[in-house]
Amino acid sequence: MNWGSAREFFAMGGYAFYVWGSYGVTALFLIGEVVLVVARKRTITQRLGRRIRMRLEVNNEAQT
Amino acid sequence: MSRTINWFKYSSPASFYPLAGRLIPWFAALAAVLTLLGLYLGFFVAPTDYKQGEGYRIMFVHVPAAWMSMFIYVVMAIYAGMGLVFNTRLSSLMASALAPTGALFTFLALWTGALWGKPMWGTWWVWDARLTSELILLFLYIGFMSLKAAIDDRRRAARASGLLAIIGVINVPIIYKSVEWWNTLHQGASISFTSGTSMEATMLASILVMGLAFWMYTIVVVLARVRCEILEAERDAEWVAAELGKVR
Repeated sequence: MNWGSAREFFAMGGYAFYVWGSYGVTALFLIGEVVLVVARKRTITQRLGRRIRMRLEVNNEAQT
Repeated sequence: MSRTINWFKYSSPASFYPLAGRLIPWFAALAAVLTLLGLYLGFFVAPTDYKQGEGYRIMFVHVPAAWMSMFIYVVMAIYAGMGLVFNTRLSSLMASALAPTGALFTFLALWTGALWGKPMWGTWWVWDARLTSELILLFLYIGFMSLKAAIDDRRRAARASGLLAIIGVINVPIIYKSVEWWNTLHQGASISFTSGTSMEATMLASILVMGLAFWMYTIVVVLARVRCEILEAERDAEWVAAELGKVR
C-alpha cells in the first residue's frame, strides 16, 4: 500500500496537478467519445427510421 | 473438410452490423474490468518511483495511449489498403470508424506527455524527434478525416483518403525508432521486444493491463461507430429498412 490517507493519495507526492490532469482529461475524453457515438447512433436511427416510415406511408397511399 | 467457412460473410456490411452489435457488450465488460484492475495496479500496487516519486504514474495512461495511437493507425491503414485492393465496402467504413479514436489517443499521448514533461524535464513541449513525429501522426489522422469528409462521392473519398492512410504509415516506424535514431529528450523504450524490460514487475503489469483496457475500449467504440457508418452508407438497402422500420 502506497498511501497513508486519502489526502496523501490525492496529493500524489506533490504531482497532483500533473497526475490528475493526465488521468482526468483521459477519462473525460474517453467517456465523451462514448457519449458522442451513442448520440450519433440515436440521431441516425431516428432520422432513417422516419424516412423509412414515410416511404412506407407513401407506398400505402399509392396502393389505395 | 466437411464444412467450409465463408470468411467473406462478415465482410458484408449487412451481416457485420448485427455481429458488431452482439460483440459490443462483451468487449465493454472486458474494458471495464481491465480498466479497474489497471487503475488498482497503477495506484495501489506499483511502488513509488525512486527517481520521479509519484509523478511517474502518468506513465500508466501515457504509454498505453501512445501504443494505441500507433497501433490504430496501422490497423486503419490495413483496412484502407484492403478497401483499395479488394474494393470491399466494409473496409473503408472500418478505416473511417478507427480514425477518430486513433486521433483521440494521439492527442492523449501528447497531452499526458506534456503534463509529464513539465515536472520532469521542465518543459511542456520540445521539438524533438519523438514528440514531433507523434504530432505528425495527429495531423495524419486529422488529414485522413478531413479528406474523407471533403469529397462528396463515397468511392472517391474512400480511395483518396485510403491512399493518404497508406502513405502515412511510414511515420509509424519513425515514431517507434525515433528515440534510437535521434538524440532525443524523450527516454528510450522501457519495454523492448529484443532486450526485455528495464522496469519493476508491478509497474510493467500496470502498463500492460491499461494497454489491454484501452485496446478493448477501442474495439467497443469502433464497433459502435462502424455501425453508424454502415447505416449511413446503406441507408437505402432493404435490410436497413427492416432493421429500422420498427424503431419509433
